[in-house]
Amino acid sequence: MSNSLYYTLALICVIGIIWGIRLMNSPKTAISGNLLGAISLSITVILTLLKYGILSDYVLWAGMIAGGLIGYYISIKVTMLKIPQMVALFNGLGGGASGLVAIIILAENHNIENLFIKITAVLGLIVGWVTFSGSIVAALKLDQKISQKPIQLKKHNLIIGISSALTCIIAILLIIKSSGSLLFLTLLLLANSSIWGIILTIRVGGADMPITISLLNSLSGVAGAVTGLAIYDPVLVAVGGIVGAAGLILTQVMCKAMNRSLTSILIGKTAVAYGKNDSDKAGVAFAENDINREKAIKQESEEEKIKRIIEEAKSIVIIPGYGMALAQAQYIVKGLYEKLTDEGKEVKFAIHPVAGRMPGHMNVLLAEADIPYDSLFELDDINDEFSSTDLVIVVGANDVINPAANTAEGTPIYGMPILNAHLAKNIIIFNKDTNPGYAGVQNTLYELDKVILKLGDAKDTISEVFGV
Amino acid sequence: MKAYYLIIVFVVTTIAGYKVIKDVPSLLHTPLMSGMNALSGITILGALVSTAAAVRTGSKILGVVAIIFAMVNVAGGFCVTHRMLKMFKNQPEEE
Repeated sequence: MSNSLYYTLALICVIGIIWGIRLMNSPKTAISGNLLGAISLSITVILTLLKYGILSDYVLWAGMIAGGLIGYYISIKVTMLKIPQMVALFNGLGGGASGLVAIIILAENHNIENLFIKITAVLGLIVGWVTFSGSIVAALKLDQKISQKPIQLKKHNLIIGISSALTCIIAILLIIKSSGSLLFLTLLLLANSSIWGIILTIRVGGADMPITISLLNSLSGVAGAVTGLAIYDPVLVAVGGIVGAAGLILTQVMCKAMNRSLTSILIGKTAVAYGKNDSDKAGVAFAENDINREKAIKQESEEEKIKRIIEEAKSIVIIPGYGMALAQAQYIVKGLYEKLTDEGKEVKFAIHPVAGRMPGHMNVLLAEADIPYDSLFELDDINDEFSSTDLVIVVGANDVINPAANTAEGTPIYGMPILNAHLAKNIIIFNKDTNPGYAGVQNTLYELDKVILKLGDAKDTISEVFGV
Repeated sequence: MKAYYLIIVFVVTTIAGYKVIKDVPSLLHTPLMSGMNALSGITILGALVSTAAAVRTGSKILGVVAIIFAMVNVAGGFCVTHRMLKMFKNQPEEE
């Protein structure tokens, strides 16, 4: 295959991939966008095999078929609830693959003359393995194989400092070493980068996971792009750059939605929130909670009141949270949605950007239950409507409606934009218990008089109250 | 291909990517992310080329591992994105 033909076709594929992402901007065209991306990527694989004359290398095909089957199997088995950890795992594999390619480049070439190749390969190795180990930690945390709470080692910052310094030193040694095998230094750098990834992610709290996955997603793209520079592959560089940009945008979106800065997450600020700062407040809230619980019991006998509220309500907003998904209550929520709509009420869903465990997770969970996506509204689009809403139904959501976010300084959720559920006329909350949410802050919403708490399994409590 | 061409390619596509991705609504952020995830498996190109060129047995084995990793990423990523996107319907009656 001639060079000019290869570059022309490769350019078309890259445009195909970018066009595919463009089609992702609407649910109607997104499926074709995804297919376009998949086809374009497959063509780049064939093009590369042709260009290097390795189309008939059976070892390569064996690897591709094995990987393809494993990937396909995981993708049909995974539940929508577990998508975040799967994305984290895949992400790690992508980063790991880039890291492995960088190792091969360094290990195969005893005397790389070209400084550009050396620098990019070393960078690819570092970014690739940080992505790999960091993503695996993130996946394990999301899957609750290891504690979701931030794990703070003794002298954590010192360890990070030493590990960062070591990584830099080994990288420089590798780059300036002009003769002999690079294997030993390469393996040393591999070990160091992996440890670096682990200690950076291990102290990120569960609530900050959406941001962490977005960032790792970006890094896996960067790892690919940098490796692409090392082997002079323009397609790899181009697509890696696109993925890097995508991850960066999602990271920005998430940070804004939680009012957190990226640095404060990476330096483990979440850990502070569990400290002294808010323990007093939490104590008070606990005491108030007991009163609340009594109130909740009293109100359970006020079935009449609940009935009246539901009957009178014309505009209803449902706020789903991760708790709904954990209780597998999305199907009963769908039933509830249909019942209320059939009764002629206006029903909307309010989706907080961080509802769920990754950006947009809640939308997928509701879509799985066949809830039409045009009834799902984002925070900015619905927050002004709460003051004129008759009834808010909360299902398994906590932090995202906690008014303490506006007032409780020093807590992890302070300053986070919330759904203004407290402005609605009436509020019914279907939560498992009144324990603090993921962020560990007591919910002051529970103390309001207009709130009716229904504690227990959302599936049972919803069918009990609404008869669906 | 000269090194600085590659850097130009990187900058241009990053900006182009930034522009198109900004338009994706948060409704579709999870499928977008898993789609991007699949695309990050593009590193398969590097894995294929370097495995084919590798002389040492050790490198060859690492190369095959890299191909498997990247391919899991690509195949799994696109399939699961497809699965998710199929769920987004406007009117459930249309089923």
